[in-house]
Amino acid sequence: MSRPGKAEAGITRASGHLHRLLTEAWRLQPLYVSLYAILLSFLIGGVLISMIGVNPLTAYWALLRGMVGNGERLAGSLARSVPFIGSALALALPFRAGLFNIGAEGQLLAGGLTAAYVGALSWMSDVPGIVAIPLILIAGTMGGAAWGGIPGVLRTKTGAHEVISTIMLNSVVLFAARWMVGSRDPVVLRDTDSTVPRTDPIADTAVLPELVDSQPVLHTGLFALLGLCVVVAFMLNRTNFGFEIATVGLNPHAAHYAGMNVNRVIVLAMAAAGAFAGLAAASEVSGTNGHLQPGTFFLMGFDGIAIALLARTKPVAIIAAALLWGSMLSGAPLMQQEADMSIDVVRIIQALVLLFVAADAIVRYLFQVREQGQQGQSPFQAASVEGAV
Amino acid sequence: MTTLEHASSLAHAPQRVRLDRGTITSLLFGLLGVALIAGVAPAIDSTTRRFNLERPPDPAGIGFHPPTWIIAISVFYLITAILGFSPHAARRWAGLSRVLSALGLVPLALVLSLALSDNAGTNVTNLFSQSLVLATPLALGATTGLWSERSGIINIGIEGTMLASAGVGYMTYAVVGEASATGWLWFSILISVLAGGLVAALHAVLSIRFGVNQIVSGVVINLFALGLTGFLRSEVIFRTGNTSGVSTSDVGLPLLSSIPVVGEQLFRGGPIYWMMYLVVFGTWLVMFRTPWGLRVRSCGENPHAAETLGINVLRVRYQSVILGGLIAGLAGAWFSMESQGGFEDNMTNAAGFIALAALIFGKWTPWGAFGGALLFGFSRALGTRLQFLGVEVSGFEIPSEFFQSLPFVVTLIVVAGAVGRSVGPAAAGAPFQKSR
Amino acid sequence: MTDTVLEVDSVTKTFPGVVANEDVSLTLDEGEIHCLLGENGAGKSTLVNMVFGLYRPDRGTIRVRGQDVYFEDSGDAIAQGIGMVHQHFQLIPVFTVAENIILGNEVTKGALLDLDTARRRIHALAERYGLAVDPDARVGDLSVGEQQRVELVKALFRDADILILDEPTAVLTPGEVDDFFGVVRSLTQQGKSIIFITHKLREVLAVADRITVLRAGKVVGSTTAQGATQQSLANLMVGRDVVFRVEKADADPGVPVVRVRGLRSQDDRGAETVTGLDVEVRAGEVFGIAGVEGNGQRELVEAICGMRPATGGRVEMLGEDITDWNPRRINQLGVAHIPENRSKHGVVAQYSIADNLVLNRYSQAKFSARGVRNTSAINAEAAALMEQFDVRATGASAALSTLSGGNQQKVVAARELTGELRILVVAQPTRGLDVGSIEFIHRQIIALRDRGVAVLLVSAELDEIMALSDRIGVMYRGRLAATVDAADATREALGLLMATGSSSATDREKQ
Repeated sequence: MSRPGKAEAGITRASGHLHRLLTEAWRLQPLYVSLYAILLSFLIGGVLISMIGVNPLTAYWALLRGMVGNGERLAGSLARSVPFIGSALALALPFRAGLFNIGAEGQLLAGGLTAAYVGALSWMSDVPGIVAIPLILIAGTMGGAAWGGIPGVLRTKTGAHEVISTIMLNSVVLFAARWMVGSRDPVVLRDTDSTVPRTDPIADTAVLPELVDSQPVLHTGLFALLGLCVVVAFMLNRTNFGFEIATVGLNPHAAHYAGMNVNRVIVLAMAAAGAFAGLAAASEVSGTNGHLQPGTFFLMGFDGIAIALLARTKPVAIIAAALLWGSMLSGAPLMQQEADMSIDVVRIIQALVLLFVAADAIVRYLFQVREQGQQGQSPFQAASVEGAV
Repeated sequence: MTTLEHASSLAHAPQRVRLDRGTITSLLFGLLGVALIAGVAPAIDSTTRRFNLERPPDPAGIGFHPPTWIIAISVFYLITAILGFSPHAARRWAGLSRVLSALGLVPLALVLSLALSDNAGTNVTNLFSQSLVLATPLALGATTGLWSERSGIINIGIEGTMLASAGVGYMTYAVVGEASATGWLWFSILISVLAGGLVAALHAVLSIRFGVNQIVSGVVINLFALGLTGFLRSEVIFRTGNTSGVSTSDVGLPLLSSIPVVGEQLFRGGPIYWMMYLVVFGTWLVMFRTPWGLRVRSCGENPHAAETLGINVLRVRYQSVILGGLIAGLAGAWFSMESQGGFEDNMTNAAGFIALAALIFGKWTPWGAFGGALLFGFSRALGTRLQFLGVEVSGFEIPSEFFQSLPFVVTLIVVAGAVGRSVGPAAAGAPFQKSR
Repeated sequence: MTDTVLEVDSVTKTFPGVVANEDVSLTLDEGEIHCLLGENGAGKSTLVNMVFGLYRPDRGTIRVRGQDVYFEDSGDAIAQGIGMVHQHFQLIPVFTVAENIILGNEVTKGALLDLDTARRRIHALAERYGLAVDPDARVGDLSVGEQQRVELVKALFRDADILILDEPTAVLTPGEVDDFFGVVRSLTQQGKSIIFITHKLREVLAVADRITVLRAGKVVGSTTAQGATQQSLANLMVGRDVVFRVEKADADPGVPVVRVRGLRSQDDRGAETVTGLDVEVRAGEVFGIAGVEGNGQRELVEAICGMRPATGGRVEMLGEDITDWNPRRINQLGVAHIPENRSKHGVVAQYSIADNLVLNRYSQAKFSARGVRNTSAINAEAAALMEQFDVRATGASAALSTLSGGNQQKVVAARELTGELRILVVAQPTRGLDVGSIEFIHRQIIALRDRGVAVLLVSAELDEIMALSDRIGVMYRGRLAATVDAADATREALGLLMATGSSSATDREKQ
């Protein structure tokens, strides 16, 4: 290995100071890597921005104001983040069981379709909100769970790797949705009065109450997903099912030996993931849009992956990561407006964040972060990947 | 089942009958055969249709009577079912007959859809050559996966590698060549290839040097490519104004392309399309006939054994993964500079994942993977063709979305192992640490 | 013949937290067999891995034929004429024999592999050293004995004249061991020098010219075969007086509590490896199953413990037909299972000791209520069991992976051997353990027997089977070839049964 140059040594020393400062100031040990990854990504992003002739400080200042500049923007950022919590949980839970669910996007869509269908049923407007709202949320959850369970079943019955099957199922449900929502002959779910393909508006009684009239609207779906994070955290850390999930994820052979039903855990974990995505989708349909368009959840599954990895699959940390992610996307248009650059800049910063979070060894090396005991090992350095892909 | 019942059933059946994958597949073919004979053949329009071999007007072709063909194929399916459940002696034919039955789905689909549409005929030569062309990125992508996984590194990031190199290559073309000069086109294709190698090198460093879970690393690369190319498109390509450009022009093989009727359609194609055959052949040659290929395979099967023989496992893995990346770069160039002259967001559209399915289908061999790619190429070409034909079932036209999702459904069926279990390299996915 | 071909001079090697070799010296003369003796974990493999270039010494020098050598990798060692047959064969199952042999040292014609020439050279080597191998066979289809020959040819193909054999007899039957010694002697007659690693005293005395004993990473003695006895070597190896026999009273067997009838089961590749096996184990006895590995022992154990489906026959325990019950239900009946592969099945390395101690009991009312874990009860249980089984660790919350192999096995034993135990199924219970841990586990098994537990013991170590069992069954091709009383059993008779499935030598000729 070549000797580090002067500049590099300088950076290392400076980051060492920074590191000590952070250690003393906040005691955020497990989150160091994530924080540094974010910092590093904004630095590189800044270089890219200046390369296309824009002052990165101007751009970032606009981005920041877009994210939290005033109450309404802050509420909008929150609102934008809510569904990401669901899609990130959809990755996090199966990840603990050693499964990699790339299918959140499809599961969101499946949940969104069932929610939109149930929400627009003719009798829905006759029942009170206290019945209608749970109904639409449960419908979305069930729809997502069913779609999410399929790759679990395929994995256990046929050995098909969930990474490929979930990606294929994403495409299948997308085409199905385009047809159901777009077709005029026969009409399946399409709102025939609308010029763009979308489902019939849901009944007024099934709309989640609004909190702030921001863009997008902040509604009580926020509480549903925050609550979900707490429930999932409790389940993973304190229950027998959580123990089974972790055992299957760390050593499926030992789980089998210990009398756990490995296949059941796999199917349930995938179905639960689908349910989380489905709930998030239902909350979007019910609280934000009032109907469903096939493109609503575009890339939201992939964002969920990034958020879950950023939060190191810890449910409570997912809340923070989702807020960051959603507000960056929500703030980007202001940056576009003021600094004359595309919102894709945000996308590349996010991609960099993800890269550095997954490759935390790079970050540890650059910032000289030591491994924190046995818990310090990255969850992504799983010993080995089960089954060939 | 209670213990008592269980015990008595055991007493009667000491050797339990097992329904394995093969017999279930045979059974399904049998059921399909019955359904076709009883339900479809009598109901279907019996006007004679034609498989054309060349373009209109006045094409040469083969005429046929749909119900007769359907019955013929169905009878074959019934034979397959019988073979699947027959005594031992005939069993050895069962596997072959299942494969033939699966291939029989192709003419079946064509006959059925022609009979269900208003068209009198369709050009099958063209359909075949389109399948080959559409198989190009899939075969290249599968070869990428082959190099990577045979050396022991699972590569889910093929999709991202192709997308990034498609974007970077076209960006180069748009910037330096203004998307019009042929010389710069070739330069840009080269840049594409190198970009693929670079992205693969990232995957290699992450999964070999830093020990990142290989699937996580692959997914990260896919997401990274999405972000990177989105940025390049809107900030660089779009600003040059050269959003669409000239793509490679078709090359005809000498002599072969002048064969009457079918030559011009079958032996004419883009340069990357022809390179694909070279890549597949070269991969087979190098991997299975040279010392280095033997070493690559040993690293994917038992890296510790390779190490004891003085082989530098990590170096072989780096080389192999990066070589694969160069191939993915070529596939990327196909998207943005051969298939279309231009770059669109997410233009690879899951081809990298379908390529992985082709690899699994082909049991991790170059020609098998090519066969898998051809299957998916065909399902895509067929989907498009059927959309054109306008297939109607009892008055309803089958929606185009159905045909568009065909390749994805086929992939699902393939990875679910409908064609038999496929076992990959034993050490793929396991990080290797050098002894010290 | 006293040229020194290899010299290891004061070599030290440390791994994080462990000194594997400390100031170890060793010489190997041309044409001799030098035995390296020591118990598991004494540092034998570390030492030879340095000689073979897989590890690099921290201090000290290695000399080959008088020249100092520094190996970057094993390719450098191979170039110096050093060959090694590893304890776990370093073969690639899906490759042919020829491909395995040439790998890394390929024979080429132009840029391409030249398998024809390779085949000819392999045939020539096979003939010269009496090591019959088929170059075109797939290695995965070969028996262990054949695979070992492939490993030897692999080393000879590289013109090795210093051969390191790491525990080569572990996988062989007593008869095969004798044949193998013949091959080893003929190699030395042709000028090869051999380092022979083992922990079996009998073999050392049978084959060695010189003997070096390692204990805890240090050389504790050097002698010749003539000057040594089993007892003197054992005392050197362990560092205290060793009792060879396990102290036990006569068994007092009760009624049969395990009845296996016509059991059939398949291995992971779908080949039937248990082919209609019958066995009965009575309460209060140890029934030992001997046999060469790969004769269906693994599938037998997994099938009766519910981890692998039976494809035929039935298993009865304590009067219940438990065929196809799941492992938990069998466990709740009072059946404990110490699995063969501890790290694969027995533990979750990343979990704490406490979580490992309740790995298959976490859902019992004692440890959880309504699906929510009772952490304090789990920790209390862990503390008690660690005390009782003498598990040495910093605490119940330490990760299992931080424990030594012996302590990990104690964790498994602690978990399995508590509670209302009626039947114990135990496979390779002492594999890879040091003598202290072996004695501990053996005492536990005998104590359980004396409490009336039926013990089914599967082991590849014939000595272990003979020391612990009251009755012995020899497993051959998926069935018990014979069942004998331990009192009447001899090594020779069992060895013959293991190798041929029959007790008469004439049958062996026919095979």
